[in-house]
Amino acid sequence: MGKDYTYAVARIRGRELSLFGGPVMEQLLACKTCEEALRFLADKGWGDPDKALTAENILDAETEKTWNLIGEMVKDMSVFDVFRIADDYHNLKAALKLVYVRSEIDRNRVFVTGGRIPPEIIEKAARERDFSSLPEDMEKAAQEAQDTLLHTGDGQLCDIILDRASLEAVYRAGMDSSEEVLKRYAQLTVAAADIRIAVRCGKVGKSLDFIERALAPCPGIDMEALAHGALGGTESVAACLEGTEYAQAAEALRKSPAAFEKWCDDLIIEEIRPQKYNPFTLGPLAAYILARRNEIKCVRMILTGRQNELPDNVIRERLREMYV
Amino acid sequence: MDNVGLILALAGAVSAALFAGIGSAYGVGLAGRAGAGAITENPDLFSKVLILQLLPGTQGIYGLLVAFVTLSQIGLLGGGASEITPGQGLMYLLACLPIAVVGLISAIYQGQTSVAAIGVVTKKPDQFGKAMLFPAMVETYAILALLISILAVFSL
Repeated sequence: MGKDYTYAVARIRGRELSLFGGPVMEQLLACKTCEEALRFLADKGWGDPDKALTAENILDAETEKTWNLIGEMVKDMSVFDVFRIADDYHNLKAALKLVYVRSEIDRNRVFVTGGRIPPEIIEKAARERDFSSLPEDMEKAAQEAQDTLLHTGDGQLCDIILDRASLEAVYRAGMDSSEEVLKRYAQLTVAAADIRIAVRCGKVGKSLDFIERALAPCPGIDMEALAHGALGGTESVAACLEGTEYAQAAEALRKSPAAFEKWCDDLIIEEIRPQKYNPFTLGPLAAYILARRNEIKCVRMILTGRQNELPDNVIRERLREMYV
Repeated sequence: MDNVGLILALAGAVSAALFAGIGSAYGVGLAGRAGAGAITENPDLFSKVLILQLLPGTQGIYGLLVAFVTLSQIGLLGGGASEITPGQGLMYLLACLPIAVVGLISAIYQGQTSVAAIGVVTKKPDQFGKAMLFPAMVETYAILALLISILAVFSL
């Protein structure tokens, strides 16, 4: 019964009805101010009525609601590690830096929830320089990153060690899963991250050694070619992707970084869409989590756009395809 | 082993009730889990999902019917078993097989189709009529198997 998701999928089918589609996003976009948009979201049941009506509170509450719902239905949450690993590594990076600079900053401002390990445990491990309490995939990377930070004081070097370890862990978790949608998600996440890293490194003129250290192995992309391509800038990275399964990413890269980010998210939504018609397995639950993430990301874009008084067309061109 | 014929006939009756019953229990259980998930989000769907859950339960009833008829034919229900030759016993066993095998398999598939139909009803309650037709189609083959088993048992 542990791996029977019939009940959970039926519940998710009910929840999918409340996911925002394109028309609701247009209604939200029609709100003239951020406050109006927040009230619109509150009327739709978003946020926590006990907390102040702010963008962060609303979006955090929705993320928490998603994981609480999944937690009610799935006993073994490790099946969703592929989604949670990145948050652990984010917290690890933050903890190492907090300990290094001996900062007393409010932890809620730097740590994120949703990972596999409570942030307090990660911080304790960083403070005591003993990472044995962390999962195996994090232990070695954490030690190496902390040693690097202490010896060189280079936060960026520390970041690339952990970012690469995070991507490798995501890929492993995806491949270990029996669920095709999770395998594909892991592969696309790593590929998109590698392309992003290559473009950014190219823009700031990083060395080949640095780029090769930062890129995580990903099937479908020739890492050596990508690293060399990064030295030549965005056009050169795009040229590396021609002829691969990410050829459309090259087209998006040539347009703008925002177009590339949209391409990545839209591709994932496209890949998970068949899960709407799958009545069994973990796939529809994974798809729901990704759909909620996508929805929250789009709402965040609209709210940020309204806060910064960006024109509608600038926000609209960044909005992702919706799952429903 | 004087009563080999009776044993074979009894095995037929038991198979009909046993396998069709197992299939129905699985199908109803599967659809029940999906139904529970659906009404957790929308309790108003109860009557609709209950009907969809019950559909895979019919195979168990068909198996029971064939078992009753067979037991009656071989005289076991009346308290005095008839003289059944091994050949006759084997024929009763074969006569019961359609509903035993088709009942088992069709109830499992019907349960799975009911789960899918519950998914449709959860999203579009007004499409209940159409959604119900999909699992109902699977029933056709259970009915055909029932027909053959009943005709065969009565003909013996």
